[in-house]
Amino acid sequence: MADAAFLALTVITIGSAIAALELRSLIYGSIALMGTLGGIAGFFFLLDAPFVALFQLAVYVGSIAVLILFTVMLVKRELIFNKIEDKRRKFAGIGLMLVIMVSLGAVFLDSGIKTITTDEPATDFRDIGTDFVTYYWPALILMGLILAGSVTGALVLAKREDVENDQRAS
Amino acid sequence: MTSELVDFTLVSVALLGIGIYGLAVKRNFIRMLFAVEIIINAANLNIVAFGRFLPHSGGQTMALFSIAIAAAEVAVGLSLIIVAYRMYQNVDIADFRSLKG
Repeated sequence: MADAAFLALTVITIGSAIAALELRSLIYGSIALMGTLGGIAGFFFLLDAPFVALFQLAVYVGSIAVLILFTVMLVKRELIFNKIEDKRRKFAGIGLMLVIMVSLGAVFLDSGIKTITTDEPATDFRDIGTDFVTYYWPALILMGLILAGSVTGALVLAKREDVENDQRAS
Repeated sequence: MTSELVDFTLVSVALLGIGIYGLAVKRNFIRMLFAVEIIINAANLNIVAFGRFLPHSGGQTMALFSIAIAAAEVAVGLSLIIVAYRMYQNVDIADFRSLKG
């Protein structure tokens, strides 16, 4: 059965996920998204994966959420608060969400994973390091190249090409 | 550890449902990016939970790869938002019609 820490983390994670999508202001929404990401990091701690949890905190809460916050600040004020929503579309979306939750939840509750428990010790983070440099080293190099490529691509995309024209205009 | 695998799986299913709701309903580009982030995190939670209960170190390794690739995806997504905002002065996806046939 679930314990108190698990229940608290569930409430924080799911509550702030809903808040991230439903709060009127995008700035508060992105702060709520930080709550979701932090809650997932808490789940990783519960799953005896402190290395992944700290990686999640550093990468997601530390950099991605802050990056999103800065992008939101670049957008015009009225667009941050603007909320164009079709009521029918919203109810259809809620229906879709409930169908997915109930059907997938029923499948999981009915399947054999309910009986899976483990008494084995948690994975040592030294094993993860060994995995990375032995079995997964080509993937690690590829990941580094993809990260470098995507960051360069993002910079090229976001670069202003009309700076000189703007300066002339102003 | 007192929580069982099925508990983590159900939390993950709930997050997936919320993310799909956000993708289906929201028309703001930034909110849709939030929804994608929530779905990716639900997947990561599942990977680590199954890796813990198997038990196998591969789950955590894959989760680390997944987090890193998600970081790259967010960087590109945010720069696309900035470019689209510069072109259309809006973040509503209904206005992004240049590629519409």
